[in-house]
Amino acid sequence: MNRIIKFVILDILRNKIILFYTLLLAILSFSMFSLEDNESKGLLSLLNLILLNVPLVAIIFSTIYIYNSSEFIELLISQPIKRNKIWISLFLGLNTSLVISFIIGAGIPILLYSPNLIGIILIIIGCIISVIFTSLAFLCSIISRDKAKGIGMSILIWLFFSLLFDGLIMFLLFQLADYPLENWIAIIAALNPIDLSRIVILLQLDLSAMLGFTGAVFKQTFGTSWGILISSSLLILWMIIPFMISLIKFNKKDH
Amino acid sequence: MIELIEVRKKYNRLEVLKGISTKFNQSECIALIGPNGCGKTTLIKSILGMVLPDSGEITFNNKSIFNETDYRNYIGYMPQIGKYPENMSIGQIVEMMKELRGSHLSFDEDLYKEYKLDQILNKRMRTLSGGTTQKVSAALAFMFNPLVYILDEPTAGLDPISAEILKDKMLLEKSNGKLILITSHLLSDLDELVSEIVFMQEGELLIHQTVDELKTKTGEEKLSKAISTILKEQLI
Repeated sequence: MNRIIKFVILDILRNKIILFYTLLLAILSFSMFSLEDNESKGLLSLLNLILLNVPLVAIIFSTIYIYNSSEFIELLISQPIKRNKIWISLFLGLNTSLVISFIIGAGIPILLYSPNLIGIILIIIGCIISVIFTSLAFLCSIISRDKAKGIGMSILIWLFFSLLFDGLIMFLLFQLADYPLENWIAIIAALNPIDLSRIVILLQLDLSAMLGFTGAVFKQTFGTSWGILISSSLLILWMIIPFMISLIKFNKKDH
Repeated sequence: MIELIEVRKKYNRLEVLKGISTKFNQSECIALIGPNGCGKTTLIKSILGMVLPDSGEITFNNKSIFNETDYRNYIGYMPQIGKYPENMSIGQIVEMMKELRGSHLSFDEDLYKEYKLDQILNKRMRTLSGGTTQKVSAALAFMFNPLVYILDEPTAGLDPISAEILKDKMLLEKSNGKLILITSHLLSDLDELVSEIVFMQEGELLIHQTVDELKTKTGEEKLSKAISTILKEQLI
């Protein structure tokens, strides 16, 4: 397995986009910390930027990369290598590169300016979000053979989770204001990995005002420690499930 | 060596393989022929595990290939259109395949050298012509001393000299007791090489006979004529 991962990582490094991504993250993080006068404000602005950019790059880069690797995959499939191994290696290779460039680009500035628990949690969340959206990218690219369709689907997923979801929940709640549905809404909020990551950080910071709507409901329903526990385990499910579905589909695919 | 039992495959509603049963033995050179779209490539890909049949069974040395990968160590496969990662150079592809197949093997670099691929190792795959890509595919298929060669339209994109080199190599390997499975629609190409003919049409296996049988039965000297005669008989 190591050999395939090595080829994937070397191939991605040869592709300059990942270097630009690292550079972009570094510029964003340094500028956020130098713009804000106190470190926790900087951390918050950075959190929002990370939650917007990291999923976008992770899902689109991964989707395009998987489609572009179709020849590589086809070549490997006719060789004595298990299909599971090919797909998992591709997943690990992509994740390793994205996570490393996140740690270099955003992790180093965060540790320089805010070397505390929250900073470390923010770094971990960034890595988790990269993995989740790579996992979703694998699902998108296995569902459709058509590259344009697959990339379109991944853009829609990003748009939905980062922009539309909160608004949709707000809309639902106002429409159904007469009914006691807060608990249900909290459960629905758990269906969005970006919201979940925001909740994990903000519960940690204890800044209810910044929680956003879903976060506030979440906190009210679950409380702080349960909230963190539940949201972290949900994040782990988000990393695994889309990839597992894609793995099952990949094993049944004809080439 | 390779046995197929009632192999069926459907793409959506299109039935590509309609219950194929046959057997391929060692030291044979078998030509899979038939019109375009008759299921030749699908059949080959099923043997390789690239396409998963809906039902039926395929065995390699009496072991089912379902969920197996190790048997592919004994197969050299040359695809009809070789697809390779565009950014990798020839040298990198060869290195990668050597690493993946295990470096403990001794490598058969005859074709690799005869096609002079070692002189263009730094060329990237996307800059190669179709013929050169085919040469890379051929060199890779023969590199790992397999027991079975599966060649999908091997001579289609090659110039006559390169095709001749490939044919000589196939003859040599056949005399070494290897099984060679070729698909082609150019019968004239195969005259001296082939020992058995499998004719497929619309997903069904019409003929599986040795060349000698075919020739004596029809009284024709040329392979292509023998086949057209027998096809006419079958149609009537």
